[in-house]
Amino acid sequence: MTGQDQTAANFSLNGISVSLGALDHNTTLLNFIRASGLTGTKEGCSEGDCGACTVAVLTPDASGKPKYQAVNACLMLAGMAVGLEVWTSEGIGQPEALHAVQAAMSSAGGSQCGYCTPGFVMSMFSETYADHLEFDEAALVGNLCRCTGYRPIREAAHALPKPKANDPFFERLNTSSVSKSAFSVNGFHRPDHLPEALRLLETLPNARMIAGGTDMALEITTAFKRFENLISLEGIPELLEIREVEGFLEIGAGVSLSRLETELRGRVPLLDELWTWFASRQIRNRATLGGNLGTASPIGDAPVVLLALEAQLVLSSIQGERTVPLSDYFLGYRKTLLRTFELIKTIRIPIENLGTINPAHELASKQYLQAMYKIAKRGHDDISTVMAAFHLEMENNLVTKARLAFGGVAAIPIRALETEKTLIGQVWNRVAIDKAKKVLALEFKPISDARASASYRARIIPNLLEKFWLENTGVNA
Amino acid sequence: MKAVGMGVAHESAKLHVTGTAKYTGDLDMLDVLVAYPVQAIHARARVLKLDIAAALEVAGVVTVIVESDIPGENNTGAVKHDEPLLSSDVMYHGQALAWVIAETDDAARAGAARIKPQYEILEPILGIQNAINAHSYHTEPLRILRGNPDTILEKTTTLEGEILVGGQDHFYLETQASLAFLDEDGCMVVHSSTQHPSETQAVVAHVLGWARHKVSVQALRMGGGFGGKESQANPYAALAALAALKTRRPVRVRLTRHIDMQLTGKRHPMLGKYRVGFDVTGKLEALHLEIYADGGWSLDLSEAIVSRAMFHCDNAYFIPNLMVKGFVCKTNVTSHTAFRGFGGPQGMVLIEDILDRVARAVKKRPEVVRELNFYNENSLDQHTTHYGQTISDVRIGNIWNTLKTSSDFENRQLEIENFNASHPFLKRGMAITPVKFGISFTTTFLNQAGALVLIYSDGSVQVNHGGTEMGQGLHTKIAQIAAQTLGVNLERIRVMPTRTDKVPNTSATAASSGTDLNGAAVKNACEILRERLEHVAAEMLKCPSDEVRFENGFAVHLKQKLEFEKVVMKAYLERVSLFSTGFFRTPEIHYDKVAGRGEPFRYFAWGASVSEVEIDSLTGMWHLRRSDILHDCGDSINPLVDRGQVEGGFVQGMGWLTMEELVWDDTGKLRTFAPSTYKIPTLADIPLEFHVSLLPRATEEKAVFGSKAVGEPPLMLAISVREALKDAISSFGGLEVKLAAPSTPEAILDAIEIVKDAAREIVMSL
Ligand SMILES: Cc1cc2nc3c(=O)[nH]c(=O)nc-3n(C[C@H](O)[C@H](O)[C@H](O)COP(=O)(O)OP(=O)(O)OC[C@H]3O[C@@H](n4cnc5c(N)ncnc54)[C@H](O)[C@@H]3O)c2cc1C
Ligand code: FES
Ligand code: FES
Repeated sequence: MTGQDQTAANFSLNGISVSLGALDHNTTLLNFIRASGLTGTKEGCSEGDCGACTVAVLTPDASGKPKYQAVNACLMLAGMAVGLEVWTSEGIGQPEALHAVQAAMSSAGGSQCGYCTPGFVMSMFSETYADHLEFDEAALVGNLCRCTGYRPIREAAHALPKPKANDPFFERLNTSSVSKSAFSVNGFHRPDHLPEALRLLETLPNARMIAGGTDMALEITTAFKRFENLISLEGIPELLEIREVEGFLEIGAGVSLSRLETELRGRVPLLDELWTWFASRQIRNRATLGGNLGTASPIGDAPVVLLALEAQLVLSSIQGERTVPLSDYFLGYRKTLLRTFELIKTIRIPIENLGTINPAHELASKQYLQAMYKIAKRGHDDISTVMAAFHLEMENNLVTKARLAFGGVAAIPIRALETEKTLIGQVWNRVAIDKAKKVLALEFKPISDARASASYRARIIPNLLEKFWLENTGVNA
Repeated sequence: MKAVGMGVAHESAKLHVTGTAKYTGDLDMLDVLVAYPVQAIHARARVLKLDIAAALEVAGVVTVIVESDIPGENNTGAVKHDEPLLSSDVMYHGQALAWVIAETDDAARAGAARIKPQYEILEPILGIQNAINAHSYHTEPLRILRGNPDTILEKTTTLEGEILVGGQDHFYLETQASLAFLDEDGCMVVHSSTQHPSETQAVVAHVLGWARHKVSVQALRMGGGFGGKESQANPYAALAALAALKTRRPVRVRLTRHIDMQLTGKRHPMLGKYRVGFDVTGKLEALHLEIYADGGWSLDLSEAIVSRAMFHCDNAYFIPNLMVKGFVCKTNVTSHTAFRGFGGPQGMVLIEDILDRVARAVKKRPEVVRELNFYNENSLDQHTTHYGQTISDVRIGNIWNTLKTSSDFENRQLEIENFNASHPFLKRGMAITPVKFGISFTTTFLNQAGALVLIYSDGSVQVNHGGTEMGQGLHTKIAQIAAQTLGVNLERIRVMPTRTDKVPNTSATAASSGTDLNGAAVKNACEILRERLEHVAAEMLKCPSDEVRFENGFAVHLKQKLEFEKVVMKAYLERVSLFSTGFFRTPEIHYDKVAGRGEPFRYFAWGASVSEVEIDSLTGMWHLRRSDILHDCGDSINPLVDRGQVEGGFVQGMGWLTMEELVWDDTGKLRTFAPSTYKIPTLADIPLEFHVSLLPRATEEKAVFGSKAVGEPPLMLAISVREALKDAISSFGGLEVKLAAPSTPEAILDAIEIVKDAAREIVMSL
């Protein structure tokens, strides 16, 4: 199924079937849409930060049921839309026949210059068809508006009625037959099982795997790289599973972050907290844990939480599989022990570390303390200046286990092993914390960059431990 | 139905929400070419060699535009002719040295990447203090003096200090864009995302070496301007025109976000050095203030911007003895330019910072000291500004008291104190700050506007005026003014894209003056036409013409009614002219720059805001809990639009003062040239409780339909956020809160450490 079958490379754009044809596979969905004459979808940054390019993609969810997702068209490659439906602001309504979302935005004063508006409209559109009742404001954090100050947009969003049963876009949720089936055109390949992906990775020249593309597409739009062969991981069932087996929560490397956000809600408190501060809804709809680990950025957020949870990685290649602790995975600045032609298949977290109430532990008078802190110039949708995730276990008020993980403090996401050692066996009190803070202050040598100075980072590293302490029993102790 | 005063939605709202509103960059033409710059990699250098041959070899590259391609004057400067479009003198990092013109963006970029200029590297001047040390200025210093500040300062309690207020990128969502082509006549047509079509036309014309009548500029609508397209759209329009002339094909110049942020000027960083004198109650006696603005490499509008900072260094306060000096530093960064408030915000941040410090020195709450120093209409000598303008209608007292009550200021103050006493590391703070902002271009001759109104014989109306639409709702208000004046429904009015071939010699849409000036000009044209129609209608209705009224699409006399279109058709048949120009010049304003005296403003806009914040003293992270605003828009022509301006301005100002940080490295390279590192507020950053009201019964006799300008003033309402942060920080003690602007988490943590150290010192010295 991976021949150069160009006829299969179609998707629906505002209800009309379009073909990729001989298109360069490095072309973004945004450029494809705009070149087709639909200029309502705007480019404000081409790096996923402004949301002006937001479109709604009707895509199968984990069970195969269609679902609207807001995405940044600037960070999607046109090939990623194959088999799906793409909707833009022009497609959901016209000036004389506005969609409910459009009507709400226009009458509320939700547009001034109007440049951000189509993007907001499509974020709102996707959110109104979501299956929860309340409008979740998080759906709009990835759309920047420089004019309105957001208040009317927020009010328009909250006043939106839920769609009626005969709403044609609502009906599509039941009638549409979108799928991420296998295809291959030009240099873009979407295999539908793992062995095929691994084979392509080895055999195609200069092949790179791409999951959500929220890091990879940036290389195309801002560093102007062009990839010869891209292997999409989106259609591989082995990478899309979430399950609990043999004491581990196993997360497929290709699962999108927003799927984790909804499916694991309440199961992994540290991850629940993370999503609030991780990028935007549009990005989380596409981004994956595999990609976050694959990028191996020293300021990636998920690795920090996963280090605190003592996660393991299952790596897979044609040679077979191996499981490694995440703490061994990062070797140096953007260097990992991943071999060429090897990919991350699964992220495994010991269930006992998840932090959700475990009756067995309660009985053993065990206590769990967990927290994560993301420090950034702007609270939401910003890259971390420093990121920390802590996991502490105590028995009878003595610290038995400590995992203090940090991002943005070294060339890799890293645990403060020295500090952890000073805490273990100690009573959880002011004396122990002060001692640990002193060790922690010396454990890393952070650097200065456009986000913050080294001195600031150095000061908040121990402060975060202080905060953790004060928030957990320290206040009155 | 009344048109003026109604909160009708933006005239393009339905086009915005359906993605059918076109912007300059959306316009497509057959065979259009695109452009990409070759950028300098040093902040200051001489280009020794610029070999373009390699670029021309790239498939798809059509030509490369270099300095010698310029047939006319090599300059795009707005005020002073000090801005070559292309030059071998590198004046800032990233400067465009040549532009590759190609069939596709990829080809243009590939071509540009192949040009490797050779440089002689020179030492750049970076930062305000270095410019001061090197005496590097664009102009002679400006000064305004009242009384004897220096003598008084010798006799009274004084404080001295320095505050550096950071700049701000406009971050209009639509980057700079132009499209130029030769028309059937061999003349140049330029579509430009510009706030100043007439100047864009002038710049294009002199770069081409043509008379202006051979150049037409159209500004359809902008995806945001905020001052960033007042003068700085010009180079890209000139470049597109130059390339179109050379290739004889349409050329589009649309900057990517990165390049836009690297090439365009920003809000001026300004350094204030002051000495302030006050009495035991906190009443200001004298102020000596020097304001140094980082002007960047060329003058641009910097002198007028520094003037406005100087005009507004009093904010709403009467300062009996005041010397303010203004300096425009010349440095090797982008040429800083107009940005909503035009220097006013920096001046006001300075005085608010000073007053907060004075209040702490006399151990009073800042709002008490602020109030104590307000201009006072009832006192003979306390309502004249330092430049000698009498303020006839001081509205701050009323606004202040109303807002304090509606925001429950005093009770919340107590709640905050209790919270702070009980929480180990979260601290809250609250502040109320005023805004007084002078309305008019301070360059007097700019205060003029023209209009051209056309009535077609079917009764439909086209309105042309010199103002541009950038989201501020100008065209909506203009349509309301025209409809109201002609007595017709809004549907009958079409406001046309702004074009230099309809209204010539216009001023920029800037200084918040868009509606005041253009609205008055349109009103004037409509009144002329209405009067003509009154005569026609009077004949038809057989009544005296002064008894005819036009309303709701009818000419009315007592019980008789005639459809507007019938009157229009009759006028046409009677050979009555159905089109008219309109004109407006703001009366009475004047200013003498050398003397530092005059009445530069037609009136003042007022407002106040209360903000409450919470900071995490361990990390410096913070959030805005609540804001309350009461703002004076006069009798609002469109409350929906005006409220939007108030809220949008406030949030933009909050971004400037808190999270939007411009970082240049030691080599003069801007490090924050993308939204991944330059953070503007998101929806999650606005307060959950956000109460915004417009001052009721606020008629401003001096402006069109009793309204007031609203574009810029609300930005400065955001100073309450900064002052609230300082209030929270002050809960750690100390007499002065030294908070950098912008107050990033890092700056907040620094400020906390400073006050803690100071508090410790105080304790130790006891
Ligand atoms: C606007 C914006 C905001 C962002 N905010 C955040 C943030 O707050 N926190 C944060 O941590 N990151 C953030 N990111 C970065 C990015 O979204 C994440 O790193 C994301 O998890 C990447 O996932 P992806 O699936 O999109 O990766 P892709 O772009 O598809 O891939 C990234 C890299 O990983 C490799 N890769 C992908 N899948 C695998 C696999 N299964 N095995 C091995 N290698 C693989 C790819 O080859 C590539 O090298 C942001 C990005 C943007 C554009
Ligand atoms: S263009 Fe800004 S997010 Fe896509
Ligand atoms: S309306 Fe202008 S950016 Fe949102």
